[in-house]
Amino acid sequence: MAKARTSKSSPIRVLIAKPGLDGHDRGAKVVARALRDAGMEVIYAGLRQTPEEIVRAALEEDVDIIGLSILSGAHMALFPRILALLKEHKAGTIPVFAGGIIPDEDARRLRKAGIRAIFGPGTSLEEIVTTARSLARPTA
Amino acid sequence: MKGPARLPAAARAIVDGDRRVLAQTISAVENGDPSADPIVRALYARSGRAPVVGLTGPLGVGKSSIVNALVGRLRSLGQTVGVIGVDPSSPFTGGSVLGDRIRLERRADDTGVFFRSMASRGAAGGVAETTRQVSRLLDAAGFDVILVETVGSGQVDVAIRDIASTSIVVVVPHLGDEVQTLKAGLFEIADIFCVNKVDLPGAELAKRDLAELVMLGGRASSWTPPIVGTSTVDAKGIDELWNAVVAHEKFLDVSGERTRGERARLSSEVVGLARDRIGRELMQRLEQDPSLRRLLEDVLARRIDPRTAADRLASTSQRARRR
Repeated sequence: MAKARTSKSSPIRVLIAKPGLDGHDRGAKVVARALRDAGMEVIYAGLRQTPEEIVRAALEEDVDIIGLSILSGAHMALFPRILALLKEHKAGTIPVFAGGIIPDEDARRLRKAGIRAIFGPGTSLEEIVTTARSLARPTA
Repeated sequence: MKGPARLPAAARAIVDGDRRVLAQTISAVENGDPSADPIVRALYARSGRAPVVGLTGPLGVGKSSIVNALVGRLRSLGQTVGVIGVDPSSPFTGGSVLGDRIRLERRADDTGVFFRSMASRGAAGGVAETTRQVSRLLDAAGFDVILVETVGSGQVDVAIRDIASTSIVVVVPHLGDEVQTLKAGLFEIADIFCVNKVDLPGAELAKRDLAELVMLGGRASSWTPPIVGTSTVDAKGIDELWNAVVAHEKFLDVSGERTRGERARLSSEVVGLARDRIGRELMQRLEQDPSLRRLLEDVLARRIDPRTAADRLASTSQRARRR
């Protein structure tokens, strides 16, 4: 079946998840709230998700975009795994963005690996919303 | 009944267990995308097997946690489960945070569970219709049990009656007046009452209050809703809750209520769908036909009244259909 969600009137569906073991989810919740206020349907998957759980949630919920929040430092292990699993399930076209404490050098490598946008501390919510929207609806 | 060979490819894939196609078809149904239509039509004949269990009740009573506990229980019984979690959309932005998934604990490789979050997206009637279609898709996909968790307030919760074969109304101790308001709305739709958080003080009182309400009667069915105490922190009462669902499903079969209920529900569904369609046709005619547009101008100028105008509109559409 062709991707049905082409109409601009249908809300953008986004998965917000925290991979790995850190318990600091305030940032993820603030972003979830901002995306909601921008009219998106945010599936909040919560804390301590494995890459497998995140990809599964993304597929079942048929999301347009995935946002990952991480503060533990394990991004170089977890993000590439999530991208690989998405590809494995023929869902490599779902854009993934990330936020958290990610050193510049890591961020460069992750972008190269396929993470579409990376937001560090101090990023405005407006920038996150605008980027998420344009990633989810490139033509709109 | 349609033979397997005549199913559209996407419908075939759903029946064969393709979860990606299932997820995408659910999106199409939610979005009112016409591409879902042939799939939904084709799969109807394969629905109607799985019990559809609705959970509703005020905000914060623990519906998601109970759904998670029931999923665990059903998996241990070897049953597969499709779950729909409905959360409200903002009436202002249309946005929504769907958090029912957070409570879900399960192995990522367990294909016996499929969880889908849905936003209510404004129109209350629309949610009920979408939820019905999605639960049929899950049914046709072969899940043994469908669980539907609703918003926790408002019209949808009563509409769950039109979708679920067994409705569980969840409350907690110390709801006070909330229990009183159940009398008018949620009370009538409960097949089972679940007093969650029975580890909290006041649980016995809450159960007694409900028992009194149940005894007062006023229900159409001969089924007396049991009152089950649960606590999801220690998985207390979850077996009993599921046993109550099984008992109610059995009652539906033995008493003939299932067929009676289904007939009533389907007739209102068919009439509702036909009414929507006729309404759309009339709206189209009103927009396209200049003489009918003048009719509206006449109503606006108070030369004729809305009922007379409606009579004329209806009669032109009958003529159009006879041609």
